[in-house]
This record gives sequence, structure tokens and C-alpha cells, in this order.
Amino acid sequence: MSDITKQTLSELVNNIKEKKLSSLEVTKAFVDRSEKSKELNTYITEDFSNALENAKKFDDNPKLDLKLPGIPMAVKDLFCTANVRTTAGSKILNNFVPTYESTVTQNIWNEGAILIGKLNCDEFAMGSSNETSFFGNVQNPIDKNLVPGGSSGGSSSAVAAQLTPITIGTDTGGSIRQPASFTGTVGLKPTYGSCSRYGIVAFASSLDQAGPMAQNVQDCALLQEVISSYDQKDSTSIDFKRNQYSKELTKDIKGKKIGIPKEYRVDGMPKEIDDLWQKGIEYAKDCGAEIIDISLPHTNYALPTYYIVAPAEASSNLARYDGVKYGFRADGENLIDMYEKTRSEGFGAEVQRRIMIGTYVLSSGYYDAYYLKAQKVRKLIKNDFDEAYKKVDAILTPSTPSSAFKIGEKTNDPVSMYLNDIFTVPVNLAGLPGISIPAGHDSKGYPLGLQIIGKAFDEQNILNIAYAMEEKIDFKNKITDWWIK
Amino acid sequence: MSIDLKTIKHISKLSRISVDEKKAEKLASDLNSIFDFIEKLNELKTENVEPLTSVAETTLKLRPDEVKSKNLREQIIKNSPKDNEDYFVVPKVIE
Amino acid sequence: MSKEKSEYLINRNENQYEVVIGLEVHAQVLSQSKLFSTSATKFGAEPNTQVSLVDAAFPGMLPVINEFCVKQAIKTGIGLKAKINKRSVFDRKNYFYADLPQGYQISQFKDPIVGEGKVILDMPDGQKDVGIERLHLEQDAGKSIHDLDPKNTFVDLNRSGVALMEIVSKPDLRSPEEVNVYIKKLRSIMRYLGTCDGNMQEGSLRADVNVSVRKKGTEEFGTRCEIKNVNSIKFMQMAIEYEANRQVDLIEDGQSVDQETRLFDTKKNETRSMRSKEDAHDYRYFPDPDLLPLEVSDEFINQLQSEIPELPDEKKKRFIDQFKLTPYEANIMVSDIETSKYFEDVVKKSDVKLATNWIIGELFAALNEKNLEITDSPISAGNLSKLINLIKDGTISGKIAKTVFEQMMEGDKDPKKIVEEKGLKQESDPKALEALIDKVIDNNRDKATEYKSGKVKLFGFFVGQVMKVSGGKANPQLVNEILKKKL
Repeated sequence: MSDITKQTLSELVNNIKEKKLSSLEVTKAFVDRSEKSKELNTYITEDFSNALENAKKFDDNPKLDLKLPGIPMAVKDLFCTANVRTTAGSKILNNFVPTYESTVTQNIWNEGAILIGKLNCDEFAMGSSNETSFFGNVQNPIDKNLVPGGSSGGSSSAVAAQLTPITIGTDTGGSIRQPASFTGTVGLKPTYGSCSRYGIVAFASSLDQAGPMAQNVQDCALLQEVISSYDQKDSTSIDFKRNQYSKELTKDIKGKKIGIPKEYRVDGMPKEIDDLWQKGIEYAKDCGAEIIDISLPHTNYALPTYYIVAPAEASSNLARYDGVKYGFRADGENLIDMYEKTRSEGFGAEVQRRIMIGTYVLSSGYYDAYYLKAQKVRKLIKNDFDEAYKKVDAILTPSTPSSAFKIGEKTNDPVSMYLNDIFTVPVNLAGLPGISIPAGHDSKGYPLGLQIIGKAFDEQNILNIAYAMEEKIDFKNKITDWWIK
Repeated sequence: MSIDLKTIKHISKLSRISVDEKKAEKLASDLNSIFDFIEKLNELKTENVEPLTSVAETTLKLRPDEVKSKNLREQIIKNSPKDNEDYFVVPKVIE
Repeated sequence: MSKEKSEYLINRNENQYEVVIGLEVHAQVLSQSKLFSTSATKFGAEPNTQVSLVDAAFPGMLPVINEFCVKQAIKTGIGLKAKINKRSVFDRKNYFYADLPQGYQISQFKDPIVGEGKVILDMPDGQKDVGIERLHLEQDAGKSIHDLDPKNTFVDLNRSGVALMEIVSKPDLRSPEEVNVYIKKLRSIMRYLGTCDGNMQEGSLRADVNVSVRKKGTEEFGTRCEIKNVNSIKFMQMAIEYEANRQVDLIEDGQSVDQETRLFDTKKNETRSMRSKEDAHDYRYFPDPDLLPLEVSDEFINQLQSEIPELPDEKKKRFIDQFKLTPYEANIMVSDIETSKYFEDVVKKSDVKLATNWIIGELFAALNEKNLEITDSPISAGNLSKLINLIKDGTISGKIAKTVFEQMMEGDKDPKKIVEEKGLKQESDPKALEALIDKVIDNNRDKATEYKSGKVKLFGFFVGQVMKVSGGKANPQLVNEILKKKL
């Protein structure tokens, strides 16, 4: 089989189960293609030789009843992996090798998958273009010098370029859905509490959530089924009945009520995006869904709220990177001098900026005006969704206000960069599940995504809607392998 | 509102990140534009709104009082930039 | 209540100053594992051998709360007659320090687990209530060791994450002596409850001491200074005395007291400012997003309430009612749960009055001399009650009993055996005593004549002679009776 890397996850799983392909053949195909794709800079750490060895081991003693039998997989470098360097895209963790495994990756290995490497991302997941990574920019396989989105930019690029059959990212304000949208792939941010945060380098604890990134909805559902679990090691993990998402997947969404929030029609939104949204509404109708206009009145306040809550939590979460226990340390004359130099040299500009914002909004005299205020507005935003879900089963919006932009285009203007997440951030603030599916192209031929937002714990429903719409949309990614010489 | 250099220096101290003049100016200008945008929240009246800290609508689970973690000294100290097998080592603390 | 005598005041020039003290006591929760991790809490382990990935704040590690520590805090709250808050919140207190791996301490700021309560102090001039402001749960930090290397500080994280209860008093204390009694009472309550071992040498009990002074009669509080982390009652008292006098001197000198954090230097016996910490004092508390609010049900609290043993105040009341102890005696007997157990064991089988005197008198003195706790007493409660019964039934005299007691202190021996082996049994046979007395009178004819002619003081002389001849074994009461008759 020559086109191994072009196969979907489900095809690969079937081929391995039916012994038409060995794990080694599959792993080797993705390793080879990854080797040829260095220009994309998707990997921070490659683990190719171990992967091939593990694939051989799998073939020697194949466990074919597992959900991901011998499937190679690269993961975002925010997940701690035992004995494999984990950097979070930062210089400060450049040499850090965990002795432990995150719950989400452990769940994946338990189902038979094999690690092939750690994927590039924005430093500590703070960014929307993968440009804040200490390990350099990632190329979007769609076009040269185009950002792959962020923070899970290495993940989206790797899936779109077929360097890994599937992957996982993390999403704090849009970090799975926005890069999925920018690369013509599918990305799911599960309900807060669905996937354990244990062993994931923390950015903003009340918002962070791991999720699958895939070529299609079916694969996405299968991986979600694997990674979602109740975990006693995470106090915010929630014990609810989890579906067999891939088995229960259906295209029958007749009669589902889908809400269209008028507040997402923002000023200055390109016509292409609006057109895409309208097309999406038509697709949904074609699938038998009922379209209902709704209002989420506090949508405009979500981004400012997010830029208080997330940096506040981050400023505290990142205090542990002080050069004492692990990671990078700069020389200092005394303890404080060492701290200040370590953190100033070890963190990049965006991370420093967010630590400063977070420190400021929590500092004495400003807490009520910023942090407390933001928590209250967060409540209002959640109330908006609660109200809407009295009337509808899911909500349909664009994933991003634009298609992917050029590397360097927005690096000097933090606010314009932040605006990328305008449609995704409210979902994190409310702790809801959201999925981005590719739905069309703009005039430049770059992919555009639609977002389906669900009720808490209702992943199955949005996966079903996405699955049904996916068929109608029949999206084809235009990737020319321009980077392979 | 405006964040001045003095404030930048104060928060850089609190966050233990050294900042020189040039960096402080850049940070001040970035933070000011970000806060201009954040100030939008002031349009909202929130006196009677209960703040939301976590969306996880569940109560804190309690674990039994059992010692499970063994002696991990070697593992823990292995990643340390400076140690002496027994302790983490840092430059002298000046009180 | 006449306070005049015991009032602690500082006199300077014509002015009298009152000292106002509030304590923040940090009590280590007795538990097997840490507050948010599963590593051990044993004292004295090799450095960094009781450190989990959570305690060392490795990336991606998350706190999970220990149920037993929550129960211990609530029990302590009940012991402090305090309000238990059914909903409490864990916050992060952010600051950088080498022995604080997370860069923040998980503590409770706005919503502690325990609210207002009180501790009753038994002072020589009566009882005094000291208000409790709150009790909250928090993590301990690790230990920085500055004196093992000239250029470096060493960090041991064994303590990092151990559960502490911070018990904050109202500024109700007025003297070093009240602080002494308060700490001892608090310690006693927690030891009764089994929530903290109160071992100050091992750091299980430490306090931050807030001190201010004001002119006697004024209502308003003066500016306070906080003396950090004092780990013995003696040092607390010394620090308060030094600090109060320093503040009075400043005020008398026309200067003002700065609100600040100070350190007690035990070598120089003085407090000094910790100015280096001042700029880092903005702790940026906010609710820990890794944890949810802690909610406990009425059933949960009621169950704990039902497990609370009889506490010192109630026990004291019972000892006074049941055993007719004086308040002074009762206080001593209940001051420590082990002492009260010992006492109750002794009086189960012997006379209360004698037992009380022997425990407070001989036993405490002997233990003190050997620097022993009551739990290490060489004399078991059972043998002490036997000794008391030997006195009570006249087998031995009080004086002989002291000799027996001394031998018992050398090793827990049955007092009956000692009496038998050494032939210390009291001579109470009237006939034998008469013979003895006749002999003594015979040998002292001249003195007997003097006595009869009115020199009654000589009676003591005869008693002494009889006792001497009997080797101390003669029953003194009988000797008195018979002598009177014979003379």
C-alpha cells in the first residue's frame, strides 16, 4: 500500500486489525514523511527510532482488540511524556525530561498507540499563530509562510500534512479549534472536566482542556472516546457517563435545533466568513436541523474577560518555573537575582507580557476592578449559554474571524492577534464543548472552519451534527506537498 | 487609565522578571493597548452578579489519608539545574 | 475579677502602656500523608525523601485534598467552640521563595473552613476568654538551609505540602503570661482531639506574634508589628517583651511605629525588621483554579462532633464535681490529656485526696527532676494507687511512703513488695508500741519528770525518740495516744 499516510485513522485501524498493514509499516510511513517534512518545523522532539522499535514490538505481540492498535501518533509538546523531553515550547523547559506520563497520553498508549514525537506549539500555549514558540515558527502546509494557527500549531500542521494520522492539542481560548480551522482539519475542545489535566503543562487551569485533532469527524470521535476519562488525580475532572463517541456516531440529526447567535456577526468581519456561515446554515438545514435565531448578549465581553482570567491564572501557574527544581537556570549573584534572570531569559516576550498582565490584575488595589469583575462577567457569559440552551441543542458559528495569515503579520500587535480567538473564547469561559470542522475556502484558497458549540457533556450531539454536515460540505484540503523537495 | 513605567517595574518585581528601560517601555505600551481593550468590561453593571471561579459543577472530592508516594529523591533531583544529591542548591538567600 | 495585681504594664516617664497581642498559630495537622499529595509527613526523614511530584511542583501536577486533614480541621474547630463553615475556598498566596516550589502557597483567605470561636484561659485571678478569629487549612513550605555552605542555600522539601492549621486569635491577649497560658491551652485541646501533637521542638507548633502597645485606658489599637515564626513559648514571651518595649521607646521618643514584619533573633534576644520582604508583600490571593470549593454536609460535621472526646474545660468541671478537686488542682489534672488519664486511673482504686496530693506533689517533682513526661513515668498509675492504699490503710506512714516512692521511681515495682522486702511495714500493734514507749520513758526518766512538772514541750522529744527506736515504722497516731496516757 503506497498511500499509507493518506489513510484516515479509521482506515489504518481496520487495516492493522485485518493484518493488511503492520504497525511497523504504518509507523515507518509516517516517520518517513515526517523526515521529509522538516521544513514545516512541526516537531520539537522526534522519537522516531523508539517509535519504530515499539512498532516492531507491537507486531511481535499484536493486541488487535485495542482501539488504536499500533497506530503511531505525535502529540503536542504540552503533554508530559515519561522519559521523553517535554518543553511546552519554552526555553525554560528546554532540557526537561518528565519521569511521569499525562493521563490523556497514558489513555492513548493504553489503547495501543505509539509515540513518534512531540509537536511544536506556542510557548506555554500562549499564542494564536505558533510564533511564540522558542523552537521557531511552524509552517502551515496549506501555503508557504502561512501560520498554522495556535497554540496547537504543530499539531494542526502535522495532521494536515499527514505526518501523524491524528493528534491531540490543548485548548484554553481556541488553541485546538482555531488551528484546525486554519489548516482544514477537525478539532474538538471537550467540556471542561472531560479530559484530565493531570500531566499537562498548565496555562490557565480553569480553561485548559485537551482534545483531539483529526482529518475527519469519525477519527475525532474515536480519539475523544480514548482520551476522555474521569481521573482522581485531577480535582476538576468530572465523573459523568461518557459515550462511546465513535460507535454512537450518527448522521441523523433531523429535528435538532441549532441556534445562530446574532452577536457573532461582528464589525469588520470579512464577507467570506459571513458567506461561509450562511452556507453552513443551509447545510445544517439540508441535514434536517431546525435553525433558530438566538442571542448571546455578552459575547463582546468574552475576549476582555479572557485576557484577565487567563493571564491571572497563568501568572501563578508559571511561578514554578524559577530555576530551582528543573529546567533552565541563569546564573545570579543571589536567589532573587537568579530568579529574575532565569525568568527574563527563559520566558519569551508573549509569556512575559501575559505574566505581567496577570500579576497586575491580581495585585493589591486592582483585584476587584479586574479579576473579580472578570469572574462576574464570566458568569454572565455562562448564563447567556444556559439561556440559549433552553431553546436549542447546539449553536453554529464561524470558528475564526479570518483565514490563516502570514507569518509575522500580527506579531507586533498583540490585540489584533488576540482578536483571532473572538469566536472560540466564550466556549472556554463557559466550559462547553466546541468542534471546528472545515467548511470551505476563502478567495486565496485557504481553509475556513465552522464551529458547533454544544451543551456541557453533550459531545456526542455536536460530533453527530459535525458528522452530518461534514458529508454535505464534502471539504477537500488543497495541499500540494510544496515543502517536500 | 495608563500604566506607567513605575507600575511596570513594580509588577516585574512581583513576577520576578528583570526588566530594563527599553523592555519596560515596550511592555508599558503593549499593556496599555491591552488594557484599553479590557476596559470595555466597565460598560457592564455587575454589582449583583455572583463571580464564577470554576465551570466544573461538582464538589471537591476528598482522597483517603494514605501514603502512596515513595522516596523519589533521585527522580526529583535528576532534573534540577544544581543539586548535591541530597538537596536542591540555590544561590545564597539574602534576608 | 480583680485584675489590678496581675496587669502587665510598661511604665515610661509618667506613662503606662498596655500591650496588645494577637497570635497566628501554625499547628501541623496529625496525618499520615500531606494535604494535597500522598507523600509521608514523618519528622526527621533524610532530606528530600518525602517529596512527591506534586510537592516539588513538577509541570502538570495537581493537588488532591486529603479528607482526614479536613476532618482534623473541623474537629479542632469544634474544640475551639467555633463556627464550622460548610463551604470554604482554597486560595493561592503568591510569592517567590526557594522552599516554596509552586511559587504560591495553597491557603484559605476569604472563606476559611472554621470561623469565630474561643479559648478559655485559667489565670490565677480567674478565667479569661480569648476570641478565635478563624482557623484555616494551608500547606507548609519546605526548609531552606543557609549554614551548610558559604555561597549556597540548600533546599529540603520534606515539609513542603504538609497540612497546617493556622489558628488566628483576636487581639485579646495582654501579657506574655497570657500568651503562655493560651498556647498551652490550645496545645492541650489539640492533643485531646488528636489533631496536632503540639511538639514545638519538631516545629509542629509555631506562631506569628502580632504586638502593639497603647496608653492604658485608650480604646484605639496602636500600630502592630508581626514577629514571624517563633517556635517556643519562651521565645514568644521574650520577643513580646522586647518588641513591646521597643515600641514604647519609639512612642516616648516622639517617633511612630512602622507596621512591618520582624524576626526574633534568639541569639541577641531582639527583634529586627525583615525589610527585604516588604516589596514582595503583595500576595495576589485568588481562588485556586485547580481546586473546587470545599463543601461539607451537616451529617459530615455531626459525625465528627460525635467523635469529639471530653475536652479540658468539660473535664475540669467534672473533676471538680465528681472528685471535689479545687479549681487549681483540676486545672493541673486536665492540662494534658495524659495527666488526666493517669489521674483517673489512680483514683479508680484509691483515695482521691491522697492521690491528688501525691500526683501534684511527689510525682510531678520527681518527673520534673528526671525531665520525664507523664507518659514516661517509671511509676504506673496502678502502683501509685497501691502505694496510696498502703498509706490509707495504715500499713505505712506518709514518711515511709516517700522512701518507697523513691524506690518505685527507680523501676516500676509493686510497693507492697518493697514494703515487705525491706520490712517497712508500720508498727501498729498497741502492745508492741507500749513496750517500746515504756523503754523510752525508762531511758529518759529525768525528762519524764520534767514533762510531768509542766514542761509540755518535751512531748515532741518523746515522739521523736519512739520513732527513732522503731526505725520510723511506729504508727505516729498510736504513739501519740499511748505516750499521752503513759506520761
